[in-house]
Amino acid sequence: MSTLSLRERIADFHAAYIRCIDQDALEQWPDFFEAQCHYSVTTAENDRAGLAAGLIWANNRNMLHDRVSALRHANIYERQSYRHILGLPFITQSTPEVVEVETPFMVVRIMHDGQTDLFVCGIYRDVFKPGSDTLKLTSRRVICDSNRIDTLLAVPL
Amino acid sequence: MSDYQPIHWSTEGYTRVPYAVYQQPDVLAQEQKKIYEGPTWSYVCLDAEIPQGGDYRTSHVGNAPVVVVRDDDGEIYAFENRCSHRGALICLDRAGKTRDFQCVYHAWTYDRQGNLKGVAFEAGLNGAGGMPEHFCKEDHSPRKLRVAVFCGLVFVSFSEDVDSIEDYLGPEICARIERVLNKPVEVIGRFTQVLPNNWKLYFENVKDSYHASLLHLFFTTFKLNRLSQRGAVIVSESGGHHVSYSMVDAPDQAAGTQYQEQGLRSDQDGYRLADPSLLQGFKEFEDGITLQILSVFPGFVLQQIQNCLAIRQVLPKGVASTDLHWTYLGYASDTPEQREVRLKQANLIGPAGFVSMEDGAVGGFVQRGIAAAGDLEAVIEMGGESTSSSPSRVTEASVRGFWKAYRQLMQA
Repeated sequence: MSTLSLRERIADFHAAYIRCIDQDALEQWPDFFEAQCHYSVTTAENDRAGLAAGLIWANNRNMLHDRVSALRHANIYERQSYRHILGLPFITQSTPEVVEVETPFMVVRIMHDGQTDLFVCGIYRDVFKPGSDTLKLTSRRVICDSNRIDTLLAVPL
Repeated sequence: MSDYQPIHWSTEGYTRVPYAVYQQPDVLAQEQKKIYEGPTWSYVCLDAEIPQGGDYRTSHVGNAPVVVVRDDDGEIYAFENRCSHRGALICLDRAGKTRDFQCVYHAWTYDRQGNLKGVAFEAGLNGAGGMPEHFCKEDHSPRKLRVAVFCGLVFVSFSEDVDSIEDYLGPEICARIERVLNKPVEVIGRFTQVLPNNWKLYFENVKDSYHASLLHLFFTTFKLNRLSQRGAVIVSESGGHHVSYSMVDAPDQAAGTQYQEQGLRSDQDGYRLADPSLLQGFKEFEDGITLQILSVFPGFVLQQIQNCLAIRQVLPKGVASTDLHWTYLGYASDTPEQREVRLKQANLIGPAGFVSMEDGAVGGFVQRGIAAAGDLEAVIEMGGESTSSSPSRVTEASVRGFWKAYRQLMQA
């Protein structure tokens, strides 16, 4: 077992996750999830209203692979990258079986022409199984604070 | 009134559109008066979103803010969200439930039918101040709108002269709405996509059945293509509304080889979904139609892509900015398994949709592309000059139909 504290392990996980996306290593992005997992992107308004649909909604890791291959091979969008900035993780539940964490994020989108804007902010609402050496997500709900998405959401959050 | 050139339409037909109509603020102002406040119906919300007395939602008709509210008589009322005193918004929230409405500025109150009922300190204080005696509250209500509900869709109109909703839509459009909204629906998600383009570019895109298989490569890349399917385009008599649909006899999977034969960009080999269950839905429409995109002038879209149902409301926010409000739907009768299919297939649509994300960007490509071309024109000639229904979807008939309805209202 790791000698790192749970908080340190979560911080390491977050750092590796956002580095993966921001460096455009999207093919590795699904590896941050368990094979049986949930990943969705929604908004605070939908979350409050208990509305289940997401901008992105996946109930297994293969769907995450499919999203990456669609972005690489099918979908048309202007070249762009993200810079994720995360706040401090707040551990809402911690037992030997399950860890639940909320972490605020901001994402700046950088378009190919250099235009740089705050794209979204919100929280990650995460569930991990803490047992194994490497933390993997069993669930990540990305809850954007605003209901308005500029132009399109191609790259995952 | 403005420094802008009058819009010049170069042909008798509807095959050319001057780019200036997407650029000039004076055009947007005329559209508000002649289209949004003209003899048209604008979708504002679902009947099911305001089920009980006092339930309300706010929305817009063009740029005019409106309140849509159900009263205890069960009827739905709509009025301009503008206090008749100084013009402030009466209602600030997107949705809620209320006994009446009170403007926050000077506490003038309105009932659920939009009637001015209370003026704070109307009689003054201690015999001083107050409104003149001849001030009549009945004469000071915000503009009221006509309301029509069709298949649970709430439409409103500023116009006294507009046709009934059934006549406005026409029988073919009515029937195509009825085939989708044939039982109670539930909202399962709401999202807003901010488009960097004029509203007309998005609405034309919805009607443009020609672009679908060329811009959106998801289905063809993953061998899920459906171009070999039977389908058609229906354009309403007015030109303003349309339906594009396609059907298969068996649900999907029978991906044809026609794309490869045509050598299109979409014929790349080797890509398959790791989770093909994305499109393994269930049959719920007896007519076999797996895709139906329906638009109602000037800004309503009803969409069925397999089991994925949604409404899109198109609202101008400026010459080059449009809000696209998505309302994702399920049926109230859905089983948990059916609902999960809808959640899964919702990956196809919306701002991150596999088959719709491009539509969020392509209008911006046009808006930027025409920046210096206000005196030039778009060419809309695929399928000829006709604005009528067509058995082929390789046509721009419904786009021309849009311009027919648009120019009629704009007297252009």
